[in-house]
Amino acid sequence: MSITDFLTDLLNPDLAFLPKALAIAVMSSIVCGVVGCYVVLRGMAFIGDAVAHAVFPGIAVAFVLQGSLVLGGAVAGVATALLIAIFSQNRRVKEDSLIGVFLVATFALGIVIISQAPGYAGSLQQFLFGSITGIPDRDLYVVGGTGLVILGLVLALHKEFVAVCLDREMSRSMGLPVFWLDIVLYVLVTLAVVISLQTIGNILVLALLITPAAAARLLTDRLGVMMLLAPAIGGVSAFVGLYLSWSYDTPVGGTVVLVATAIFLAAWLIAPRHGVLTRRWMRPTERELPDDPGPGSYGLPHPQEPSPVAG
Amino acid sequence: MRALDVEGLDVDLGGRPVLRGVRLHLNRGELVGLLGPNGAGKTTLLRAILALTRTRGGTVTVEGKPSRRGRSDIGYVPQRHEFTWDFPISVEQAVMTGRTGRLGLLRRPGVADWRAVGDALDRVQLAGLRRRPVGELSGGQRQRVLVARALALAPRILLLDEPFTGLDMPTQELLGDLFTSLAREDRAVLMTTHDLVAAVDSCTRLVLLNGRIIADGQPADLQDAELWTKTFGVSAASPLLKLVRAA
Repeated sequence: MSITDFLTDLLNPDLAFLPKALAIAVMSSIVCGVVGCYVVLRGMAFIGDAVAHAVFPGIAVAFVLQGSLVLGGAVAGVATALLIAIFSQNRRVKEDSLIGVFLVATFALGIVIISQAPGYAGSLQQFLFGSITGIPDRDLYVVGGTGLVILGLVLALHKEFVAVCLDREMSRSMGLPVFWLDIVLYVLVTLAVVISLQTIGNILVLALLITPAAAARLLTDRLGVMMLLAPAIGGVSAFVGLYLSWSYDTPVGGTVVLVATAIFLAAWLIAPRHGVLTRRWMRPTERELPDDPGPGSYGLPHPQEPSPVAG
Repeated sequence: MRALDVEGLDVDLGGRPVLRGVRLHLNRGELVGLLGPNGAGKTTLLRAILALTRTRGGTVTVEGKPSRRGRSDIGYVPQRHEFTWDFPISVEQAVMTGRTGRLGLLRRPGVADWRAVGDALDRVQLAGLRRRPVGELSGGQRQRVLVARALALAPRILLLDEPFTGLDMPTQELLGDLFTSLAREDRAVLMTTHDLVAAVDSCTRLVLLNGRIIADGQPADLQDAELWTKTFGVSAASPLLKLVRAA
């Protein structure tokens, strides 16, 4: 199918679910791309994974009670994020072990809950792998509104998030509320995950959070640029992924993730400064040397150091 | 008025006594070296001064007022490994993060903030590298970034945690000169270190700590071998004592 056919289908009133799915996929990829930058830079990918799994029992409860899936997922995800943040204050059990505990426990809880609902096998697959059909109009506004709130909070707290990412000890000494900033960041990650569940699914949502941000990190050494590139990569992946999925009748979540992964691999190979192939092609003389090496920085003798003969 | 007054400070960590009855005074213009073995409580003392750790007893007074977090008259330079060096941020942006607390929520840095950052970078001679990503700096340059970040608030007291660790001799010498001149500019500088040679060479006063203060005086007054064997728990034949005598 050509891209023109795809655009025609998008405008076809009989296929009204398609533009809705596209809008939600692109919006959630953009939000995940921005929030994912913090996740990648802080090395908290595992927390993202835990939250993604934790959302599941909330969705299961909402499904059984016929309530809003987005809301149910958000409540469960935020609750788990808080539990991890609070439990991790006790340093005897490390954060990653705690996350391991909660990650599996919440997912197990979700499976038990959803098994109580009749005909759960089909809905289970929809939660886990995403779907583009059957998205109510209301979700479009919920996703858009939540996305705007997330981006607004990121804009407002960016300076503080950066300070905490860089150096927690120094941030505490400056009087920043490090614990509360952690909580807010966890909640933002949770919300970004929840709004992406519809199209991408529970299992694959982590890729939307990590892959575009990781690819952007390879392409630049500037945080501002990274935080624009990551949502751009996410948005393009969502669009191209949905197009390919529609053309070849492949699952939408998986296709979007594979497109994002292809972009990541391309960045890994040919990124301007950090790409594997780029570094091989560049001759050492072409590489930039720091302008102020400073004495001793390259293992060269200090100019004032007496030579063995003179000493 | 003294820059810093610590009186009868007791600190417990995890139910274990770490500091007992610590008394320490700091005047402006002084560069004081805080020496002691691993686990002596050097970093804990710095953290107590910054109100980052709960104290059991005693008082910490900074410029005449009780210590609390977020005071801009203390500049803190934590150990280099506390900082995420692979973060995509330039030298000047990293230094600007030192002003995050003072800026407050929802405020962006203005002209005065960038000027303060520029002055701090000039002071540590990193102005030429201001746009370089921090990950590409050498160890000595990284240490200077951390010092500049603390100086961005123009503090009167500077607390440095192990600034010499893992650096070669010429770099240590350069940093030692920087700390000496920072102290001469009417600041009080307190630095923990394992590096006896550098400490004896550049500090105006040395404090020996091992849970409590063992000795406090000018390097020349601390020749008594017993003080050092007591602080570091080494035998009288330790090469450490040869170093002290040589200095």
